Amino acid sequence: MPDLLIELFSEEIPARMQKRAGEDLQKLVTNGLVEAGLTYRSAAAFTTPRRLCLTVEGLLAQSPTTREERKGPKADAPEKAIEGFLRGARLTRDQVEERETPKGNVLFAVIEKAGRPAADIVAEVLEQTVRNFPWPKSMRWGTGSLKWVRPLQSILCILTDEAGAEVVSGDIDGIQFGDTTEGHRFMSPGRLSVVSFEDYEIKLSRAHVVLNPSTRAETIWNDATNAAFASGLEVVEDAGLLAEVAGLVEWPVVLMGRIADDFLGLPPEVLQTSMKEHQKFFSVRNPKTGRIERFITVANRETADNGATILAGNEKVLSARLADAKFFWENDLRVAKSDMSVWTQALENVTFHRQLGSQADRISRIATLARALAPVVGADADLAENAARLAKADLSSEMVYEFPELQGLMGRYYIEASGGDQAVAAAAQEHYSPLGPSDDVPTAPVSVAVALADKLDTLTSFWAIDEKPTGSKDPFALRRAALGVIRLVLDNDLRVPLDRMTHNALQVVLKLDQWRAAEKTETGDKAKQFARQIEVAEGVIASVGPNLCAFFHDRLKVYLRDQGIRHDIIDACIAMEGNDDLTLLVKRARALSETLKTDDGENLIQGFKRANNILTQAEEADGVEYSYGADAKFAEEAEEKALFEALDAAEARIAPAMASQDFTSAMSAMASLRGPIDGFFEAVQINTDNQTVRRNRLNLLSRIRTLCLSVADLTKIEG
Amino acid sequence: MSDTVSTPRSFQEIILRLQTYWATKGCAILQPYDMEVGAGTFHPATTLRSLGDQPWAAAYVQPSRRPTDGRYGENPNRLQHYYQYQVLIKPSPPDLQELYLGSLAAIGVDMALHDIRFVEDDWESPTLGAWGLGWEVWCDGMEVSQFTYFQQVGGHDCHPVSGELTYGLERLAMYILGVDHVMDMPFNDPQTPIPLSYGDIFKQTEEEYARWNFDVANTDVLLRQFEEAEAECQKILAQEHVDPKTGKRIIMAHPAYDQCIKASHMFNLLDARGVISVTERQAYIGRVRALAKQCADAFVQTRAGGWRPEDAA
Repeated sequence: MPDLLIELFSEEIPARMQKRAGEDLQKLVTNGLVEAGLTYRSAAAFTTPRRLCLTVEGLLAQSPTTREERKGPKADAPEKAIEGFLRGARLTRDQVEERETPKGNVLFAVIEKAGRPAADIVAEVLEQTVRNFPWPKSMRWGTGSLKWVRPLQSILCILTDEAGAEVVSGDIDGIQFGDTTEGHRFMSPGRLSVVSFEDYEIKLSRAHVVLNPSTRAETIWNDATNAAFASGLEVVEDAGLLAEVAGLVEWPVVLMGRIADDFLGLPPEVLQTSMKEHQKFFSVRNPKTGRIERFITVANRETADNGATILAGNEKVLSARLADAKFFWENDLRVAKSDMSVWTQALENVTFHRQLGSQADRISRIATLARALAPVVGADADLAENAARLAKADLSSEMVYEFPELQGLMGRYYIEASGGDQAVAAAAQEHYSPLGPSDDVPTAPVSVAVALADKLDTLTSFWAIDEKPTGSKDPFALRRAALGVIRLVLDNDLRVPLDRMTHNALQVVLKLDQWRAAEKTETGDKAKQFARQIEVAEGVIASVGPNLCAFFHDRLKVYLRDQGIRHDIIDACIAMEGNDDLTLLVKRARALSETLKTDDGENLIQGFKRANNILTQAEEADGVEYSYGADAKFAEEAEEKALFEALDAAEARIAPAMASQDFTSAMSAMASLRGPIDGFFEAVQINTDNQTVRRNRLNLLSRIRTLCLSVADLTKIEG
Repeated sequence: MSDTVSTPRSFQEIILRLQTYWATKGCAILQPYDMEVGAGTFHPATTLRSLGDQPWAAAYVQPSRRPTDGRYGENPNRLQHYYQYQVLIKPSPPDLQELYLGSLAAIGVDMALHDIRFVEDDWESPTLGAWGLGWEVWCDGMEVSQFTYFQQVGGHDCHPVSGELTYGLERLAMYILGVDHVMDMPFNDPQTPIPLSYGDIFKQTEEEYARWNFDVANTDVLLRQFEEAEAECQKILAQEHVDPKTGKRIIMAHPAYDQCIKASHMFNLLDARGVISVTERQAYIGRVRALAKQCADAFVQTRAGGWRPEDAA
């Protein structure tokens, strides 16, 4: 059973595309082989900046012969039908068999496909793969028409068995398959030929190419942490950067350099961002002070001077970069310390959205909302408003212009430098959070107020101009904003009705208060005009409000589902009164979810459903509603009496528990009904000839229904 | 690659070595285009000649202007007027990377001591309606060149594909010569009787242009010139292909393209004067791109652009 080795050798492949390309190569080639009948034992792909490599072990030497039998028309069928059958099978009349069947003589075609040598199949599959490779971006070069991520220079394709290696014969756009590759561009130039994957990997490593990207990443990380450790320092972890850097080198050599003293005073995040974004350096931190003091760069070669020239060059480039950053930092600090309103004023000229005004307009709306929300979250109203007015000021700073990912954080530094309140400074940094389902949620009241206001403004604004997310399209990240609101409310245990929050936000977005005030001061036609404006705005609020609430509920379902709470449980709770109080809703859902996990809980649902079904049918048939008047004195059976008692006891526990929103107690009381209900159904026939007894029993079922539905809408529970 | 190349001693020596190197590799060494451009790519020897199927190999120095980058000659790296070295070869040869590395060796970069890397960089010029894929080339972490395989120019697919190399000469030279501030860089040989630094030649002009670009340039005049250039470009291209005077087929792609270059530079000056808002910016870029596309359309109708008399039939 031969082994297959493929290497696609090209000019430098972007680091970010390598991993996926290795996976695609493996998938496309092995799928193609298997489809053609060539099974294999194992396969693995490897990538370096200049090559995609695939090794397939234990491949069939040739595809198996296949026999396909096709049943055709009857032997005496019209000529046309037989002609069509023969054409489809690519056979002539004398090549097909006539067989007797119960329905008479029928034509059968036996199509035999001979097995093909692995090499032929490999050549075809490889060409298909290369021509249809799903690069995110590809290009042509020279006079050719082939597309690849960067010019493809050579293709190695060999099959190796006990007898030795054989080059698969084939070519793609003039590139002949061969058995050679190249070593490191600078350290081991020239071509080398290989006979197997093992041979390939060894020869490459002698030629200064580490084939396996994980090995390169490990080497980089180990060498980097060792170098840092030797100086009493630590490398700041960054998995994304590590993967990228491992994709930029074939022969990693770690070098640790110094950051000039001039720049050590810059905020660590600025150093880190600048070094990572521009230079792909790792940051090296002093664990005692938390300051970034050195950097790690990864070169692609060894040199006679042990990297001294390379390091000196990198230090020089870094100094030029940091000089820029320092220039921004100092300019920004000057503004921050003198008058930050320069920045907020500048935002008047920055469009947020064509229909939603400038960034300054948006900030003013957020400030109004933050003020209104302050009492709910326990924040000081003045502080919350002030924080909202300053939270996005850093968007005008030079540093954030250069490094947008530092927004918020720079705001914090600048507000602190201006002598602003700590809570306001913290809000600048935290108000963008949470950015996803696992991001930290702010807890400081002022931060929570601004974070909520920011997200509610975004949601209601885009809803008001009918820019809702559709399908996979959510250009304004509104789903993320809604999840942010949900997490802010839940994690902080806030008791604020969603309805009121969105309603308030919509009023601000639609400037309802302004129109109302204007209407009062104006008279005649002008007042009428404002009245019409108000009417339009109220109409929008009336239609958008419920729609937005439903959107929140959808997001909540997704969020809770990820935490293991079934959607039908959430539906059962959403159907209840007060569903716009998210904290309450989730408490109820969690309690119900826990209850349903117990044996009693699960069976209670069955009992409830049975009661509900019988009752619904009886109500339909009788045309009356059984809702009141069950009396223990008409109870005949012991089980019937027991159910009366159990319901009395449960009601006595459930009502106060519900009043104090203690869902766990209420639901455990409800679950305790399981035994009596089961016993009742086992012993008692509802429909008896005695109409009084029957009515009494139906009214008793109604008590079960009413009691259970006071906890959650159990009719929504599936199963 | 030779490892025994001596280190150059001046800015001009680096330029001269690049000229010699690319001349020996078969490029026509052209002179700079005689108009204000933002980058070497604007030279018609690149923009227009990358179109059509005619083989091409050219190298040249192109003085380039970016008014917004002016810093009165004080910033160690930023200039509003600087030099690019540009190489364009069509079709791109299979060993273009090797040829490029050879040029670095020729100007004194010792490959055994330095770390050269090809880092992904997709090139796009919204004003030229052009894009390509390639890299920025790093030497010890510093970007020293842009390396691009043109895929589209002026809205036309490039067939065959041109390989373009752009060297930022000042930055590259500063690195090779070990100079920290561009103005301190020796322009000619420091050992000559009259040594001149980059600052001796350009410090004063950087100041003069920075002041004019940022504060004095008459924006009404610039705006009018932008519009005149745009109108002239379109007028030129609207002419009949056959010249009524000579009876010859003369499509005036180059004169039209000059007007496109002019409009582009006027836009850059207006931008530096800070009179173009964010939303207007896109509109201006779109207008220049429309001109560039029309010029490209015209050029591919010419012989140099690959048109043959039999195409007329």
